[in-house]
Amino acid sequence: MLRMLLRRLTLGLITVVLVSIIIFAGVEILPGDACTAFLEREAQGKLLENCRRDLGLNRSAVERYIDWASGAVVGDLGVSANGQKSIAELVGNRMKNSLLLAFCALSVGVPLAIFLGVVTALWRDKPIDLFFSTAAIFAMTIPEFVSATVLILVFSVWLGWLPGIVLTSANAPAAEFFPEIILPVIVVAMVMTAHILRMVRTSVIDVLASDYVRMATLKGVPYWQIVFRHVLPNALLPAINVVALTIAWLLGGVVVIEVVFNYPGLGRMMIDSISDRDLPVVQAIALILATIYVTVNLTADLLTMIANPRLRTHHMRK
Amino acid sequence: MSVDSKPLIEIRDLSIGFTNRAQQLLPILRNIDLTVHAGETVGLVGESGSGKSTLALAMMGYLGNPLKVLAGSTSFRDQSTFDLSARELEQIRGGELALIPQNAGQALTPTLRIGRQISEALELHSKVDEASRPARVIELLTQVRLPDPAALVRRYPHELSGGQQQRVAVAMALAGEPDALLLDEPTTGLDVTTQAHVLELLRDLARETGTAMVYVSHDLGAIARVCDRVVVMYAGEIVLDGSVRQVLLKPVHPYARALLASIPKLRDASLPAALDGRPPAPGDAGIGCAFVKRCAMAEDRCATERPMLQATKAGERVRCHFHEKVAQLAAPGPGQAVERSTLAQAPDVLALDDIAISYTSPGILDQILGRQASDTPTVDDISIVIRKGETLGLVGESGSGKSTILKAIAGLIPTCNGSITFNGDELLKASVDQRGKDQLRSIQLIFQNPDDSLNPRQTVAEILAQPLRLYFGLSGQELHDRSVEILERVRLGGHYLERLPSQLSGGEKQRVAVARAFIAEPELVLCDEVTSALDVSVQAAVLELLNRLQRELGTTYVFVSHDLAVVRALADRVALLYQGRLCEIGPAAQVYGLPSHPYTEVLLGAVLEPDPDTAPVLSADDVVELSPIARGCPFQRRCPRRVGDVCDTETPPWQQAIGKHAIRCHIPLDELQQMQTGLA
Amino acid sequence: MSATLLPAIKNRPHDRFIGMLRGVMSRPSGAIGLSLVVLHLALAIFSPLIVPYDYREISAALMLNGPSFEHWFGTDHLGRDIFTRTLLGGREAILVTGIATPIAVVWGGFIGIFFGLVGGRIDEFMMRIVDAFLSLPWILKMLVLIVTFGTGIGVLVPTLAFFYGIPVIRIARAATHDVVARDFVSAAKARGHGRITIIRRELLPNVLDTLMVEGAMRWSWMLLAFSSLSFLGFGVSPPTPDWGLMIADARGFMSFAPGGVLAPVIFLSSLIIGINLTADSLAKTLGIDRIQQAPA
Repeated sequence: MLRMLLRRLTLGLITVVLVSIIIFAGVEILPGDACTAFLEREAQGKLLENCRRDLGLNRSAVERYIDWASGAVVGDLGVSANGQKSIAELVGNRMKNSLLLAFCALSVGVPLAIFLGVVTALWRDKPIDLFFSTAAIFAMTIPEFVSATVLILVFSVWLGWLPGIVLTSANAPAAEFFPEIILPVIVVAMVMTAHILRMVRTSVIDVLASDYVRMATLKGVPYWQIVFRHVLPNALLPAINVVALTIAWLLGGVVVIEVVFNYPGLGRMMIDSISDRDLPVVQAIALILATIYVTVNLTADLLTMIANPRLRTHHMRK
Repeated sequence: MSVDSKPLIEIRDLSIGFTNRAQQLLPILRNIDLTVHAGETVGLVGESGSGKSTLALAMMGYLGNPLKVLAGSTSFRDQSTFDLSARELEQIRGGELALIPQNAGQALTPTLRIGRQISEALELHSKVDEASRPARVIELLTQVRLPDPAALVRRYPHELSGGQQQRVAVAMALAGEPDALLLDEPTTGLDVTTQAHVLELLRDLARETGTAMVYVSHDLGAIARVCDRVVVMYAGEIVLDGSVRQVLLKPVHPYARALLASIPKLRDASLPAALDGRPPAPGDAGIGCAFVKRCAMAEDRCATERPMLQATKAGERVRCHFHEKVAQLAAPGPGQAVERSTLAQAPDVLALDDIAISYTSPGILDQILGRQASDTPTVDDISIVIRKGETLGLVGESGSGKSTILKAIAGLIPTCNGSITFNGDELLKASVDQRGKDQLRSIQLIFQNPDDSLNPRQTVAEILAQPLRLYFGLSGQELHDRSVEILERVRLGGHYLERLPSQLSGGEKQRVAVARAFIAEPELVLCDEVTSALDVSVQAAVLELLNRLQRELGTTYVFVSHDLAVVRALADRVALLYQGRLCEIGPAAQVYGLPSHPYTEVLLGAVLEPDPDTAPVLSADDVVELSPIARGCPFQRRCPRRVGDVCDTETPPWQQAIGKHAIRCHIPLDELQQMQTGLA
Repeated sequence: MSATLLPAIKNRPHDRFIGMLRGVMSRPSGAIGLSLVVLHLALAIFSPLIVPYDYREISAALMLNGPSFEHWFGTDHLGRDIFTRTLLGGREAILVTGIATPIAVVWGGFIGIFFGLVGGRIDEFMMRIVDAFLSLPWILKMLVLIVTFGTGIGVLVPTLAFFYGIPVIRIARAATHDVVARDFVSAAKARGHGRITIIRRELLPNVLDTLMVEGAMRWSWMLLAFSSLSFLGFGVSPPTPDWGLMIADARGFMSFAPGGVLAPVIFLSSLIIGINLTADSLAKTLGIDRIQQAPA
């Protein structure tokens, strides 16, 4: 098992390195660089040369990559093209806010999704299943900005229960974001819950049809004991991976929601810096998001390895 | 076993079926009348589609999803099972009436430890209190003859071998101290030797505990060993019910007779008689006897009037209009003898020289850590010469490497040592990619599972067209004609061309696979367990087909199987493999006779014949082989005739017996012969 | 071996297609879904012929009117007829995604099948690269390209096709792995068929089903992405009517003129839901086991 762990860790590391190369190469390939973006129309001649020398852009790509990557490892993400501020500082606050949003959504969404997934599977094709499964399809397929807009329309404009826009500043402490954060959390959680619910439902239905559940029935195990002892531990194993995948999606999906609600998170910052052509910031954010994604997946794999007896021990040779 | 007057299980006129998409009512079981008394061991025999599993589960009040009771009832201890409440059913199931499932590996919950699962049964159905349960679990595991129970309780199902999993399932069923056990093909998928051991266990348990047993199986050999009474089912009906001697030695129903005749027997070196056709699909049985289309003795009455179950003078029940006529017939004699070609003058077709194959290759991480490929290859030291027109049987249990060798000959797996020569002087390159078209055409492979070896999205016409296009460049009318020709040769016919595999039965699919192989006009056909996935009666037909084709075309076969009786019927020469190494090789008659390699002895002893008067000889323990393979003789850990340290350290030498028969053992052959004759 | 003559069996490809259609329509969800999709496609093709107004026609006097006889859905903040703009709003989206989806499925499918068949170290390496790509949020990847090269079909189609083809690689590869393990592929290899033949005759027909369902889902996610991009201002440029853009514009006036938001919301949602229901129903008809994935 230790071997598998090491293997998995190595793979994760390789992926992160590959991503960093892709990010860097991607930005390199694009026409123009930080200087042309910053100077815009004045990007020529002496001015351009000096700018490039100042920012170190006249060195080879490989040199710059190593510089950037080694800096990133210790937490120094460089400075923004726009005003030369430390990216790490800029990003720190925004990341805290995005994590807050993600955390709230996860703590509401995941338990709810698992619960509903199990319920809809156990009462399959009954009204409660039809209702929640349909609701899930709606939540999954409608674009987030649409559901966000609709929710704002209903809860903020018509009913006036919740604020429809976030006005708190980026570096405010977490507590100040309530109650503005409620609607964004609902939107994020809605989509997440829908995906996880559907997946848990399928998993539970599959397990209910398995040979060992049939055997338990024929062994006279009472229904609810079968559900808790035989079904759930097996059905929820794949859920770990799906939760991880959904978190990964979150990183991208949350961007639109941050824009709709004007929430001061990492996603908003990403869009702003892309619009401003502030490439170092874009690179840094991309790297952070990718690393989070890989870490989440890695954790999911590790948790699965621990939870699944078949991966923990060796198979018997037949 | 004394027979109680009150039946334990009573089934009265039970019919079970389902409604299909077209709203038709299709019966799976029709008018079943059956009683089982305390202490009786009843075998429920039938092939696929007979409804035997459905019947067994119905006894527990369990119906698979689309099924429902159409008429009749089943009761356990006088209580109608289908009328019981969920709670009452939960009490009976696993308690008084317990199931031993077919594939124990799938039937045990993967996330619970073995001890926990057995403990659960005790919790629900026995009066053993919580503190004493662990001890009782160990007792049960010991009762089913599992080694080291204390360590086993902490293991998960996937850590056990197939045989061990099956025994755990038995222990779990015994936990509730049942009055009756239902066994649903409990030895399917197990090795020959393991199967024999598990059956002995079941037989002894039945005797010791006086538990009633309903043993569902298609394997008449297993039933002969365990049951007193046999019930034969066909197309959802009971067609014969009698004592095990009556049914197996003098069957009075034409189907039972034909079924028995189609089973290859170890003593007969002949092909069993094939039974044409296939059982009717649910709903297609017609108004007369379900067996009428395939019955050799059918008359007009059989097609129009459905026979009822009648009692015979001997106390059996039989569903046939003419059972008295059947009773007059002589016992089914041996099948047709296989014509052995004169092989002495035939040239060599295939020569394997010192072949070794290794499955494991190091992964990236291993390579970084500097590990080499395993020192002990999966298959080693294989040297065999095969002559034109002969059939070489390759026999072994799982892990013996027989399929691996076949795949290496076919070029699908690389060898890591040795060479293969084809037709005298051509070197057979290791990989398919490197072989010439002519070599590829001359060597064809037929797989075990026809469901898997035919592309579900290709019609029969396309399946047959592929080799024709590839090897002969045919197209159009010529291609069509050749396809029809081969289909007729395998007794299918041109109208099969437009069908998809999903529209064919198992036997038909395998015939198409045979046709596909032969359409290339090969010299050598490799058969990888080609009959193992088929019903018994269908097996006989495929064997007959293979034999006929060999006679007509002079093809050479390498026939891989774990079934010794099947190999006996078809093979001229037989080679035995254990853990990837040859133990014995020689003409079939010699190999199946004496002297034998100790492993051959064990294997032959473990074979179950459908004859209640024979018993298997269990000489070796049912021990799971560890890897890596033992140094010295590979069989040392299980050999009942181990002579000492020499078996552990030195590779046994090849010893020649009469008639080109070679055995690899340290024991001198005449000693071996004496020991084995003394026992026989 | 019984020579019973069965009726002529229809196993041609177009019979299969009809069978699929029947299967989808036989389920209520599939029937609803397919009808919605067909409706939207018809709308996309024929709407320019039936709209009452020119979508560009602005009118200061008619700004933000509610629904009326002349303007069934009311007017937007520039006085344009919302009904017209809504009917036309899907055209650009369907055009762009309709071209990009097949490209994505084809290129992703091809690579996935090829590497699934080849296996070995190259395959593993390829998958690491795919994983690396997938670890970046979709929006980031697309925005970077769009912002550099501009919006417009010429940029949007290749961008969407490229990035949405990558997840298809994984799916095609997994499906290929499943098929390659089966004996009929080994049988074809043993006969000596070349790699191309094996892909064409053995793999593709069996992997195609999965790819078809995946293609439908890809389309719905691409629409989602496209409308999100338009919403953020990185997709379609005004004055082209587009649902995403319309929602963005009308958002600010939601409190007193919700029609400008509701109409495009309903139309956009109904198309995406329709595609999803159809894909789901198709998957059930074809017997494909699908675990819902996040729209990576």
